Amino acid sequence: MTLSTQSSAARPLPRPAARRAGRPPADEAARRRRIRPTTWAGLAFIAPMAIYFVVFYVYPLYENVSMSLHRFTRATFVTGAAPFVGFDIYKEVTSSPLFAPTVVQTAIFVTVSLVFQYSIGLGLAVFFRRHFPLSEVLRALFLVPWLLPIIVSATTWQWMMDADSGIINRFLGVFGMDPVWWLNNDHSLWAVVIANIWLGIPFNLVILYSGLQNISADLYEAASIDGASAWRQFWSITFPLLKPVSAITLLLGFVYTLKVVDIIWIMTMGTGSSQTLATWAYAMAFGKGSSSVIRYSQAAVVGTVLLIVALIMGFVYLFVQRRQEER
Amino acid sequence: MNAVHRAWWKTAIGAVLTALMLFPLYWMINVSFTQRSAIRDADLFPQAFTLENYQVVLSSQLPYLGTSVLIGLGTVVVTLVISAPAAYALSKLHVPGHRVINFGLIVAQMIPAVVMALGFYTIYSNLGVLNSVYGLILADSTIAVPFGVMLFSAFMTSIPKELLEAAEIDGASYWRTFRSVVLPVSRNSAVTVGLFAFLWAWSDFLFASTLNREGGSLRPITMGLYDFIGSQNQEWGPLMAAAVVASIPTAILLIVAQRYVAAGITAGAVKD
Repeated sequence: MTLSTQSSAARPLPRPAARRAGRPPADEAARRRRIRPTTWAGLAFIAPMAIYFVVFYVYPLYENVSMSLHRFTRATFVTGAAPFVGFDIYKEVTSSPLFAPTVVQTAIFVTVSLVFQYSIGLGLAVFFRRHFPLSEVLRALFLVPWLLPIIVSATTWQWMMDADSGIINRFLGVFGMDPVWWLNNDHSLWAVVIANIWLGIPFNLVILYSGLQNISADLYEAASIDGASAWRQFWSITFPLLKPVSAITLLLGFVYTLKVVDIIWIMTMGTGSSQTLATWAYAMAFGKGSSSVIRYSQAAVVGTVLLIVALIMGFVYLFVQRRQEER
Repeated sequence: MNAVHRAWWKTAIGAVLTALMLFPLYWMINVSFTQRSAIRDADLFPQAFTLENYQVVLSSQLPYLGTSVLIGLGTVVVTLVISAPAAYALSKLHVPGHRVINFGLIVAQMIPAVVMALGFYTIYSNLGVLNSVYGLILADSTIAVPFGVMLFSAFMTSIPKELLEAAEIDGASYWRTFRSVVLPVSRNSAVTVGLFAFLWAWSDFLFASTLNREGGSLRPITMGLYDFIGSQNQEWGPLMAAAVVASIPTAILLIVAQRYVAAGITAGAVKD
């Protein structure tokens, strides 16, 4: 699997020499023939990580893919004699009645999270763009939720969303609204989306803020001399010039949101509408309570699907980055 | 005068926004100091103040905290030992296929943790190293190593060539150059990488809950807290106190090492 990844990764990069600044082509040819000392040293210094990479990334991923092609049960997991069944388990998983709703819920979870994280993050980045007293401190405080253990945030949200005495329902009650059963099956998707948006805001704020710093202040100055309103400046300067950074932010946000397990698992155990592909895989392999039968192979199938999406996104990321460098 | 006036106005709005954002954390702290009988009143301040919740937590969670420190430090060591030499090779020496390696590092950060956990679980169960601290350290290090290599490389690329050439002229070997020139000037990067490795290992729930489910007290604080959720059902006071205790390293790092945290966040997020 990794071999094919590497060869296909090498393909879109056909110009290794062009990047190596200042080396004449003749030297380049000579370099090919005999290995230079820096190459030996380079190999020696990269070796620990190369070995580490094979043992701790390639091997687990290989096991995951292999597990999705063999029928593992609790018994065969111990003996290791699971029969090879090709893509049978893939068919079983995709035709399972849980598959379609889970894909839809995952799509909602990812899309809604991204839209709100990005727009709130962008709004805050614009707000913090120009310095004002204490702006550094306040911006730093915004990052705190990001660095906390997710189990801490998830537990707190769980309590805030408690139907009877959670602060959120108390707050809604002030406006005469009925209490919402946030964590029950019907609403759990929205509960985890809200918590996840909150978790994602710092990340979006940080990247978009540093993107804004690269937009020249002269542009804004010229625009305000021309009498452009703040609103107009945002749509004619900020937003268009921020597009490359926005693309990267949304791409990384997509990948990170797709793989979220812990916040959902701790808040709802992936029950009801809050089940996504990632929590489904987790529940099938490691869940307790919800499924008494452990289904490693099915979990590995869902895992492999997520892995393929991650790989594709890796290529997209590379492509986007490359195009931006060329400009 | 007018501009100054407007600036303070912005500070006021900013403070309100920050307060909104941090409200869940305030709520966690508030509940952790509230007596059991008053928790459902949802007072905005802990009027029925108590430290009892913390007594409950400290008496049961101390071993987990110790284990988490151990796992965190172990992860820092593994991450630094693997990523610093690799970054030196990638930024200052010649490595065949370095573009493939860079791509691998990007993808490695995108792999869903649940996929890694499944693979690790199979391997560890075959080797019989489930529920071990070092098994968890190695698994946790996979979160930080790609970040470490990228952050170190970004810095090491900026080390002037002359500095390394001077060492070379003095007859220093590559190892010696790495140890006495490259590593000392990369100290700040090492602190940043180490900080994040520690923080991520400390916060990890997924690997802990799969690879170290039955390790007793040799499990990290995230598992201690998770057990607590199960056993202290609806006992939100002690639960929130445990959450506060689990957040302490983050708080300390933010206060003591804010400069390094900021460096890591921007470097990790925006690759130039």
